[in-house]
Amino acid sequence: MRRSERDTTLSHRRITRRGLIVGGLQASFIALLAARMRHMQVNQAEEFRLLAEENRIKIRLLPPARGLIVDRNGAPIAINEPSYRITIVPEDAGDVEEVLGRLSRIVSLGPDELTRARAELQRTRGAPFLPVTVADRVSWEEISKVAVNAPALPGITPEVGLSRKYPLGPDFAHVVGYVGPVSDYDLSKIEEPDQLLRIPRFQIGKVGVESKMEDALRGSAGTKQEEVNAAGRVMRELERREGIPGANVQLTIDHKLQSYIQARLGTESASAVVIDCENGDILASASAPSFDPNLFVRGISVADYSVLRDNDHRPLAAKSVQDAYPPGSTFKMVTGLAGLDAGVITPNDTVYCPGHFEVGGRRFHCWKRGGHGSMDLNTSLRESCDVYYYDLALKVGIEKIAETARKLGLGERFDVPMSAVASGLTPDKEWKVQNRGEDWLIGDTVNASIGQGFLLSSPLQLAVMSARIATGRSVSPRLVKSIDGVATPEQGGEDLGLNEDYLRQVRRGMFNVVNNRRGTAYKSRIEDEANRMAGKTGTAQVSNRVVRNDEVPWAERDHALFVCFAPYERPRVAVAVVVEHGGGGSAAAAPIARDVTLEALFGGKPPLTAYPSADRERIEEERRLIDERRPDYNSDGSSRA
Amino acid sequence: MSYLEYTVKYVPSGARKILYLNWPLVLLLTAAAGIGFLMLYSVAGGSLRPYAWAQMIRFAMGMTAMFIVAMIPIWFWRNMAAVAYGLSILLLIFVELFGAVGMGAQRWIDLGFIRLQPSELTKITVVMLLAAYYDMLPVTKVSRPLWVLVPLLLILVPVALVLKQPDLGTALLLMIGGGAVMFMAGVHWAYFGVVIASGIGMIAAVFQTRGTEWQLLKDYQYKRIDTFLDPSSDPLGAGYHITQSKIALGSGGWTGKGFMQGTQTRLNFLPEKHTDFIFTTLAEEFGFLGGISLLTIYGLIIAFCIATALSNRDRFSSLLTLGIAMTFFLFFAVNMSMVMGLAPVVGVPLPLVSYGGSAMLVLLVAFGLVQSAHVHKAR
Repeated sequence: MRRSERDTTLSHRRITRRGLIVGGLQASFIALLAARMRHMQVNQAEEFRLLAEENRIKIRLLPPARGLIVDRNGAPIAINEPSYRITIVPEDAGDVEEVLGRLSRIVSLGPDELTRARAELQRTRGAPFLPVTVADRVSWEEISKVAVNAPALPGITPEVGLSRKYPLGPDFAHVVGYVGPVSDYDLSKIEEPDQLLRIPRFQIGKVGVESKMEDALRGSAGTKQEEVNAAGRVMRELERREGIPGANVQLTIDHKLQSYIQARLGTESASAVVIDCENGDILASASAPSFDPNLFVRGISVADYSVLRDNDHRPLAAKSVQDAYPPGSTFKMVTGLAGLDAGVITPNDTVYCPGHFEVGGRRFHCWKRGGHGSMDLNTSLRESCDVYYYDLALKVGIEKIAETARKLGLGERFDVPMSAVASGLTPDKEWKVQNRGEDWLIGDTVNASIGQGFLLSSPLQLAVMSARIATGRSVSPRLVKSIDGVATPEQGGEDLGLNEDYLRQVRRGMFNVVNNRRGTAYKSRIEDEANRMAGKTGTAQVSNRVVRNDEVPWAERDHALFVCFAPYERPRVAVAVVVEHGGGGSAAAAPIARDVTLEALFGGKPPLTAYPSADRERIEEERRLIDERRPDYNSDGSSRA
Repeated sequence: MSYLEYTVKYVPSGARKILYLNWPLVLLLTAAAGIGFLMLYSVAGGSLRPYAWAQMIRFAMGMTAMFIVAMIPIWFWRNMAAVAYGLSILLLIFVELFGAVGMGAQRWIDLGFIRLQPSELTKITVVMLLAAYYDMLPVTKVSRPLWVLVPLLLILVPVALVLKQPDLGTALLLMIGGGAVMFMAGVHWAYFGVVIASGIGMIAAVFQTRGTEWQLLKDYQYKRIDTFLDPSSDPLGAGYHITQSKIALGSGGWTGKGFMQGTQTRLNFLPEKHTDFIFTTLAEEFGFLGGISLLTIYGLIIAFCIATALSNRDRFSSLLTLGIAMTFFLFFAVNMSMVMGLAPVVGVPLPLVSYGGSAMLVLLVAFGLVQSAHVHKAR
């Protein structure tokens, strides 16, 4: 197709006209830019030159105060205390080495501090206007010396800052975590870092609530504009915008209960969780042994750190939420409920326990080699008969068991602001095919029925499970009560859809575990009528063997577990205790759980009459020992002697 | 379509084409890039590394690409316009899908030696396709509503994709660039009146919806507008850049503080001093004379483009050349307005001077098209 000459001519004329219009517009904009440039560079040059050279404006960041963390009654858990430090601005100092030399003659600077400061100076070479900390936690005396000698120390500024302190020390180390100076690694994880994080040694949360609630706790920076002369001396402050302090975070934890539990767990490798059955508030989440988070704030020494890291009792781990164990016999309530719910058994159906059970050519033993004889739901829970549940599991099948377990919160990753919260594992057929590439075997179902095999749950999940059994509602854990006075919403609480009759049967069985003469935890009963508890022991096998626990090394012994709720009639608290390699649940975990439950119910030391009369003397002695381990509190519980 | 439709009297062929290149334009481009090398050398504290040397290599690659593009007849490029456009749209979709997976909004494709931003490429391919479209369309039809709708869609598709990234600056530049080609092709004034009126309406809507669930821009974009209107509201962020940038510029005076003597750019931290804010270094160290020289070079580049466009009777060639000139103009006009505090801070580099390969390569290839139009002009 050849275009007509007329078309070309017409369009050429039009393009020429419009092109010239656009060209004209462009030319006028260029002229505008030139005029603006001339105005700024010629007419206003003097003004800008002054700003640029004689009176440079410096902007300094004012770090906000970090939000406090308090317990449910307002007792302080993480606070800020003033700390003095000495900083140097390389740009203003001129000869940095010379100034540092003079400084070290005035105040005592350790070689460590000097090396650290030099390394930091090296790192911020690209920005010589940023202050670098030379010495941290300097005494008031030394700060005064620096202030007096200021004329000889250009670029050196004594500064007052705030530093984090944990007055309760190890008791909250796992829940609250700790803060530490921002590292390059921290910065690399954040896409658009806050200007604040560029301040050397600015403290941010590293672990636990401090880390997970960082955004709320941090606050935002204020700024200070100063007019500075050519030598870098501050002439006057031009403008000051105060920062916004971080929000105060109130936890649901009761610090007295928490401290008691930490002391009660003592040197065992153990953990315990107490939750409020009503609203899911986590009243305590303890993990022992613990460590002093204040060490990390100051910067922990390599030696101290390796002691913590290499300890086989793992003091750094928050076992109550981040570790998952086979639930052992504490899982039997789940299997029982699944059976009732599926309608394959009634509470009165009996199974004969000869001490072993055979399926698929394999023999599964009951913990009681001699057998329990004829068992129904109630007695099988009470005496923790395994065979009853092996048989039941084959009738209901793993899918129904897994479904019931999930309903009760096992395998669910609860949204609490702590580090590495475990999701545990509630296996089913599909899971095994996908993750192991193998088919689900009948033996797997049998193992799962008594909480062994692939099953894993954290102490937090176990506490939630007993709270859900106790109430029939989907109690969900909550760790933060309010942020800056604004209450955080409670979650869950709706009906689980489990038949109340069935739940009552299971609760009755749990009651008998503790209060029936033949129950596995009868020794750990509560005598006080109004506060009796219902619970279940569990012993999770760590290795396959027949020899007794005290004949093998610590690391191969069974984990001891206990879950409970109390009072039986109107449940208020649910508790889970796990003692790693503690042996049997009834001997190692149940007594701890009983003491913890009483402490929680009475909001302090329970009367001795709550204990079985035969044990009272021994209990009194134990209490004295625990009190010795416990920190002393002032009347407001605010500080540690 | 073929060669024959051109009323060709004489078109050079073979190696003779080199003689017919628009050499003044080549010189002007090199001069602008040369200023860039100088400033990058200064910004790096008197060192070829890390910026200047890499920039020189990229410039050499870009120039080579420009010559290759220039040697290929312009009618080939016209026939390729739709393909180029389609390809750039595909790339935009690709980064949209791919970028969403990675960290944040990734807007480029890493080719190893260069990070190609499809949105940069689109600025040129839209202009190419619009020029080809009006080349095909009889001039009497250009203002009919249906024939106005088609190019409008061609512009809005990439605009929508770029907005999704989200990159408001590039989206606006795409619209203005495409609109300019439509205007120059002769679309009736009234259409532009309507667009400008509704644009004002949009701006009103943007501010009206702020803070509601329906807000049209991202929070950071609103923040940039705030900062532009009142730089002191964000003294540490973008407002700081504008203030410092103005101080640097203003303190340059008539002749500047001398090469590598700029205190402002050296002592203060303009994080973008080698990319978007490089003009401040030039203006501080070489003063008004330095700044006006670069502006003159840019002006001359535009002038040479308009001259060759208007003396070319081939419709595709002239529309393409004018469109590319407009795109180039938008680059430096927006960047300079930004550093002088006349426009909000948007991520637009100073063409040929700012450090960065993507924009430079795309621009030089675009000038290759301008050269091809020039070489294959009927004489």
